[in-house]
Amino acid sequence: MSGRTLYDKIWDAHHVTDRSDGMSLLYVDRHLLHEVTSPQAFEGLRLAGRRPWRVDANLATPDHNVPTVMSERQAGVAGIADEVARIQVETLDANCRDFGIREFGINDVRQGIVHVIGPEQGATLPGMTIVCGDSHTSTHGAFAALAQGIGTSEVEHVLATQCLAQRRSRNLRVAVAGALPVGVHAKDVILAVIGAIGTAGATGHVIEFCGAAIEGLSMEGRMTVCNMSVEAGGRAGLVAVDDTTLEYLDGRPFAPRGAAWDDAVAWWRTLRSDVDAAFDRTVEIDAAGLEPQVTWGTSPELVGGIGDVVPSPSDMDDPVRAEVAARALEYMDLAPGTPLAGIPLDKVFIGSCTNARIEDLRAAAEVARRGRVRVAEALVVPGSGLVKRQAEDEGLHEIFLEAGFEWRAPGCSMCLAMNADRLLPGERCASTSNRNFEGRQGHGGRTHLVSPATAAASAIAGHLADPREAMG
Amino acid sequence: MRAFTTHRGVVAPLDRANVDTDQIIPKQFLKSIRKTGFGDNLFDAWRYLDEGVIGKTPNERLINREFVLNAPEYQGATVLLARDNFGCGSSREHAVWALLEYGFRCVIAPSFADIFATNSVNNGLLLVTLPDAAVDELFGAAARGALTVEVDLAAGRIVTAKDGAFGFETDSETRRRLLRGLDDIGLTLDCVEAIRDFERAHRARQPWIFTAPETT
Ligand code: SF4
Repeated sequence: MSGRTLYDKIWDAHHVTDRSDGMSLLYVDRHLLHEVTSPQAFEGLRLAGRRPWRVDANLATPDHNVPTVMSERQAGVAGIADEVARIQVETLDANCRDFGIREFGINDVRQGIVHVIGPEQGATLPGMTIVCGDSHTSTHGAFAALAQGIGTSEVEHVLATQCLAQRRSRNLRVAVAGALPVGVHAKDVILAVIGAIGTAGATGHVIEFCGAAIEGLSMEGRMTVCNMSVEAGGRAGLVAVDDTTLEYLDGRPFAPRGAAWDDAVAWWRTLRSDVDAAFDRTVEIDAAGLEPQVTWGTSPELVGGIGDVVPSPSDMDDPVRAEVAARALEYMDLAPGTPLAGIPLDKVFIGSCTNARIEDLRAAAEVARRGRVRVAEALVVPGSGLVKRQAEDEGLHEIFLEAGFEWRAPGCSMCLAMNADRLLPGERCASTSNRNFEGRQGHGGRTHLVSPATAAASAIAGHLADPREAMG
Repeated sequence: MRAFTTHRGVVAPLDRANVDTDQIIPKQFLKSIRKTGFGDNLFDAWRYLDEGVIGKTPNERLINREFVLNAPEYQGATVLLARDNFGCGSSREHAVWALLEYGFRCVIAPSFADIFATNSVNNGLLLVTLPDAAVDELFGAAARGALTVEVDLAAGRIVTAKDGAFGFETDSETRRRLLRGLDDIGLTLDCVEAIRDFERAHRARQPWIFTAPETT
């Protein structure tokens, strides 16, 4: 018999039983909640007269809808100008109060994007099963946790039963060999992977990322990679436990201490695929050949190197692909053959659960200190109150402010533009977020996905730019 | 949950790949705390020419006459036909609620995104996966005039009015749940003893999962 993959091991350790309809029940260790996908689940729970199965498994925070302008933020929930958004945040507060769920409220320093605060608190631990009503829950897979995004019916199901009803996924191994060249970051790796396998490339699979380039990444970088697993169609992404993982977790508020830490570490050390584990598929990528990546279309797979030109749909063999590309170029208002570097921008957004951690802000600041913003608006939105505080301790906010960036309060912000941070029709933005869908950052807005370094370089150039040149 | 057995309806051909949930229901409508009220904003940015804001009714909007769902022959369509990777992107179940409220009971495509597929079953929306060639054929037939199909979940067959027929497969768990409209939480709670036993053993093996810092 061949060995087991990391995914197989976590699955086996959480498989409760099979239901009468054949679905497997997986026990859920941690459930993260936010204001957008939970209200209907709590309502369902109430209507059925049910209580949460295990209250202390849950951790909640408002993030999608919260204003990021300091003046609006200071007044707390009551200060949210958009009434519908305010009601949603109030509803989360009320539900958490009613059911006894721990919540980091809007102005708690521990508040932030749910996928930033879980790991930051040590609420994300290796070997756990983690769910959240948000597709980017895959982020937590960087800690060798099986972390999956779920819908609202499933949120209610997990609250009521502490289980997820699922079928086993297949195993996809993505091996990234070599070392990352200077100026190339985790975001460029995952964009290149998505470009290679497509946005449906991992559908039905859990992806395990491995190889020297992944091992060389910090936890922040691994989170960026796992975060966008879902953009490749994967239900989850995983990275094996190593010293980097343990160093990050040691001493975090929710992490075990003392003897419990040692016991935990003994189990966590086993959280890697066996050498003879069988994967359904393997994809190999060489990091050494990568350039900074930038998307040119309305799907993350429509991506190229910063040195490339906008491709021509007429060169594409597959008619569906050509049609998709043609439609994307029309929406993006780009002509085939245009060099990507040099495309003029209106706005720049540095933030989101993909790239709003301290390391991302450091990388952006390193570039930002070399110039002044030459776009109409450039936002830096830290991923959590603690990231913001650390950045301020390091003086990064001064670098950003000095260069002409805005320094905001934590939240999802212009990643999905549910609050006031958004693009206007026709505006073009370089963004460190994860989705460049039509209208994602505002009705009619055009998004180019990039790394924090590329975003900062583009902000000070006024157009899409190569961060390696800015660093000169 | 609403059961799905057989359904007869007009097919609306949406000839696009990678239709993401941001297109199915744009984010400005996710601020609702209810499960209803999304149908008028299904495909909002494609269906209307003006920007959608909460509270505006379709009568106050600028209709995009070129969008397929606005064509007279597809009014009342209940089966949606699309290309690869339908439902990709965010996990918002609001996308499924919007499709159902608009009137769709079934979506046919060559492939679907995972989370969207789970959300669909949980609300009784049938997803039919057909090979590219069959999907091409259906797009062809729909382009030649309004196409009515009969979808039979138990038999795993789609029959068109012109006697074309396509077999499709659904995994047995999904088929059983949809046919009987079984409640997901109820099914799981049938296993309540197994969950308790598992939890006890799990806590003994990994106690650190069950300890949280003092509440502050
Ligand atoms: S930052 Fe963006 S992608 Fe991440 S959770 Fe928030 S809205 Fe979703």
